Amino acid sequence: MIDNTVVELSRWQFAATALYHFLFVPLTLGLSFLLAAMETVYVTTGRDIYRRMAQFWGKLFLINFALGVATGLTMEFQFGTNWSFYSSFVGDTFGAPLAIEGLMAFFMESTFVGLMVFGWERMSKAQHLIVTYLVALGSNLSAVWILVANGFMQDPQGARFNPLTMRMELTNFSDLIFNADAQSKFVHTSIAGYVTAAMFVGGISAFYMLKNRHMEIARRSFRMAALFGVLATAGVITLGDALGFIGGQAQPTKLAAMEALWKTEPAPVAFNVVAAPSQSERANLWQIQVPAGLSLLVTHSLDGTVPGADDLEKQAAERIRNGIPAVVALKRLAQDPSDAQAMAQFTAHEKDLGYGFLVQRYAPDQDASKSTPDAILQAARGTIPQVAPIFWSFRIMVGLGLLMLGYFILAVIYTLRNQVEHQRGFLRLALWSIPVPFIACEMGWLVAEIGRQPWTVYQVLPTWMSASTHSVAYMVFSLTGFVVLYSIFIAIEMYLMVRAVRAGPDADGPDAAGPQGEVAAVRAAPAPAGRLASRWEG
Amino acid sequence: METYLLLKVAWWVLLGVLLMGLAVMVGMDMGVGTMLRYVGRTDTERRVALNIVGPHWDGNQVWFILGGGAIFAAWPLIYATAFSGFYVVMLLLLWTMIVRPLGFEYRSKLASAQWRGAWDWAFFVSGFVPMLVFGAAVGNILQGVPFHFDWNLTSRYTGSFVALLNPFAILCGLLSVAMSIYMGATMVMNRGEGVIRERARRLALWSGIGALLLFTVGGFWVSRMQGYHLVRGPDPATAQTPLRQIVERSTGDWLVNFRGHAILWLVPASAYAGLLPGLVAARRGASHLAWWLGALAWIGIIGTVGTAMFPFMMPSSSEPSHSLTVWNSSSSEYTLAWMTGFTAVFMPLILWYTSWAFWVMRGKVSAQRIESDEHAY
Ligand code: HDD
Ligand code: HEM
Ligand code: HEM
Repeated sequence: MIDNTVVELSRWQFAATALYHFLFVPLTLGLSFLLAAMETVYVTTGRDIYRRMAQFWGKLFLINFALGVATGLTMEFQFGTNWSFYSSFVGDTFGAPLAIEGLMAFFMESTFVGLMVFGWERMSKAQHLIVTYLVALGSNLSAVWILVANGFMQDPQGARFNPLTMRMELTNFSDLIFNADAQSKFVHTSIAGYVTAAMFVGGISAFYMLKNRHMEIARRSFRMAALFGVLATAGVITLGDALGFIGGQAQPTKLAAMEALWKTEPAPVAFNVVAAPSQSERANLWQIQVPAGLSLLVTHSLDGTVPGADDLEKQAAERIRNGIPAVVALKRLAQDPSDAQAMAQFTAHEKDLGYGFLVQRYAPDQDASKSTPDAILQAARGTIPQVAPIFWSFRIMVGLGLLMLGYFILAVIYTLRNQVEHQRGFLRLALWSIPVPFIACEMGWLVAEIGRQPWTVYQVLPTWMSASTHSVAYMVFSLTGFVVLYSIFIAIEMYLMVRAVRAGPDADGPDAAGPQGEVAAVRAAPAPAGRLASRWEG
Repeated sequence: METYLLLKVAWWVLLGVLLMGLAVMVGMDMGVGTMLRYVGRTDTERRVALNIVGPHWDGNQVWFILGGGAIFAAWPLIYATAFSGFYVVMLLLLWTMIVRPLGFEYRSKLASAQWRGAWDWAFFVSGFVPMLVFGAAVGNILQGVPFHFDWNLTSRYTGSFVALLNPFAILCGLLSVAMSIYMGATMVMNRGEGVIRERARRLALWSGIGALLLFTVGGFWVSRMQGYHLVRGPDPATAQTPLRQIVERSTGDWLVNFRGHAILWLVPASAYAGLLPGLVAARRGASHLAWWLGALAWIGIIGTVGTAMFPFMMPSSSEPSHSLTVWNSSSSEYTLAWMTGFTAVFMPLILWYTSWAFWVMRGKVSAQRIESDEHAY
């Protein structure tokens, strides 16, 4: 028997730790490229200020990076610790991208980050630049592979269930990696990271301009961030649209929830700008609509329609009925793999196996073969995820995205006219907007993950079956532990980050210039070869 | 079909290689963490010790992450069963381990003695506990773990948390701690100078002797404990689950492989071949050689466990016939083939650039250097 409380707690724990991990990930993804860009300017023009820029933002990068690494570590093992049935069920397919991520991305990123920090004086300029690019490449490659893995959960391509080994087995590697959902997710997510970094660098530069400190670095950083940001925001919006398009086809239940679409309507379908969706009434209490908007947005035409929750539930009930014999046959196969009749029955119903699993939750004794019509109805209703949080998270993400586009356009205009430092109001806005992209990213994941419910692997494996068989006490213990530990971590991180920002680029070097500063600048400059050699002999 | 058999064995070997990589590289960094408060008495001395592994700890740590990923991809049933079964222990491991990245990046950001002192303790905990848990987990696996499967392969662990901390497991845990200190100490000798080098040398000697004793006692213990043997099971070259085999246990089973193939005694012998001359080298101050001999010893120790247990990977003490073996818990042939391809391309590349990184950062880490370098930890 599966304990619902344990499943719920496992979900909370995964959601909390993953969302937390993703507070640090976007900045790593984006800032690594900005660092590389700054260093490129330094290497090509030889202007020292760009080296100081790269080193200063590099310091902030590392404060963030440490927590990205720490929280990623627990993620890597959490599938096994908390989702053990999930892990044995899809490990054959899902494990591969995770392992490849380690081989191809983490090793590269983590090895070279050490050289990026410590290697300034031990490598030629060009070598160091390459190292910085490899860090950026490594972190972005890690996003590719983790999103291939996540893409498989959203739209399982390239694998087939094998009743004799009781798991999803990889059948086509290129289908797994060239999964359209995974690819568009990758581009959208990593560009979201670039937006995040642009906002971060822009906001902190604005802070310096407001205080009239480190003007040289602040002005240049702001300009780079603004240009980077405007391109990235345009990209994230374009790709978000593509993602909606692709996701809508692969996951109609998520789309219905994102758009609060309870009933299938004839084309052209109106777009709900805002609404008050009610899960129990299966309707919106009120809504403000744009006529024909949804057909245009989702199907990119006027005569396309989008299935609503009512139709989707009917289809689900059908598939549940068809899936029950698959589960029954599977059980018989587990007793006797050579049972030809069971195998025939299984093959005939195989495509709806996941739906057969789904109904077990509501069936007496959690036994699919005892499913009552009421259990089937409940399970079918359960295939529509929680509409209100998805609908609103989606609108917040998109709304913030559009606002950020406006912000970056203004930023580019001001910076190209060399006026930013006089726009005090705008500078303050820039500073206070630093959290905005982080919120947008978290909202995006809420849409993606809540929208996938009730499945961990869409239409294949229900969330309810995926969790490990722990006791409630264990789960309370671990969830509490994570919350306490992670709260301490973030407090420390924020403190150090704010401190480092306050201290500014020349914390232990030249402050704002001046005669003393120049002495220090010489000290901080790359060491002459003689000093290097003596160190090696020591 | 024969290819599948080969792939299974190849991934069993690769898993061993990953565990050895983990033990050598992560173990070394954790050893430095464990001994930090001893090897460095002043703040500068401690910073020197930290900066010796500073440029490499993150890259090294990926051996651990890759270990997780590779078990997931190649041995999904083991990933699922072991990590959920060892739940509380895994949490201890992860929670202590994730403090380490913060320690490196954050410790020297503030000058306060209290702040730094707290991180020094954090380094101790995040070095000692994970290595203890790592060894203890292997110790438990050697003895068998109480778990079984439902008809659909849902794994159920039926033991308690406390049972995982039995005497044999603790012995294995201490062995792994001792080895990690040995590796850390020889590394510190390598790149440190003066008092630090001297203290590290003393530590290398004591931990090396400790490891020798623990390994020897452990060996006798294993030869007298209950092992497992496969009575009957499906053809090893086919796809299978752990539900269709018969396994029995009896005393001395873990010696069967050695008795069958005397040449295999070379595996435990290499642990001695590493540690004994390693001690001499460390005493003479040939720290580079001592480090490499330590790595050989790790290979011998992990290899011994693998050889003794083959083909078992995680035996079940409560339901022996549900034991996980090389034959019944691997991924499909197709997945293993792809993974082999990726490993063949990327593993040499990783070894190449890791060596390059160590080469770039070669040389002594001195106190003056730490104090004048704004990038240092
Ligand atoms: C879109 C990008 C993305 C996403 C969706 C995730 N991660 Fe992540 N992860 C990164 C992008 C990233 C990164 C930017 O590459 C990080 C942040 C800091 C770092 O070292 O790499 C990282 C770090 C990081 C690390 C530490 C690597 C190291 O030591 O260098 C691990 C083990 C994971 N992640 C594992 C996961 C798992 C299991 C996830 C899914 C649940 C996950 N990540 C989601
Ligand atoms: C490989 C990538 C991922 C896998 C395998 C994965 C898997 C899961 C699993 C098993 C759950 C629990 C079941 C559930 O309730 O959905 C879950 C929930 C969740 N995950 Fe993911 N996840 C992945 C990536 C992420 C990332 C990177 C984030 C965001 C930072 C994220 C955010 C969430 C959220 C918000 C939930 C809670 C949804 C809910 O249950 O209400 N996921 N995910
Ligand atoms: C107007 C613009 C945007 C549109 C139309 C859009 C669209 C989408 C859609 C449809 C999803 C869900 C993917 C799924 O079905 O699983 C998504 C996810 C996501 N969005 Fe956006 N988005 C926009 C702006 C943004 C912005 C500005 C950010 C952050 C800076 C962002 C960050 C994310 C993230 C991190 C995810 C989760 C990962 C993923 O599913 O790819 N989005 N977005």
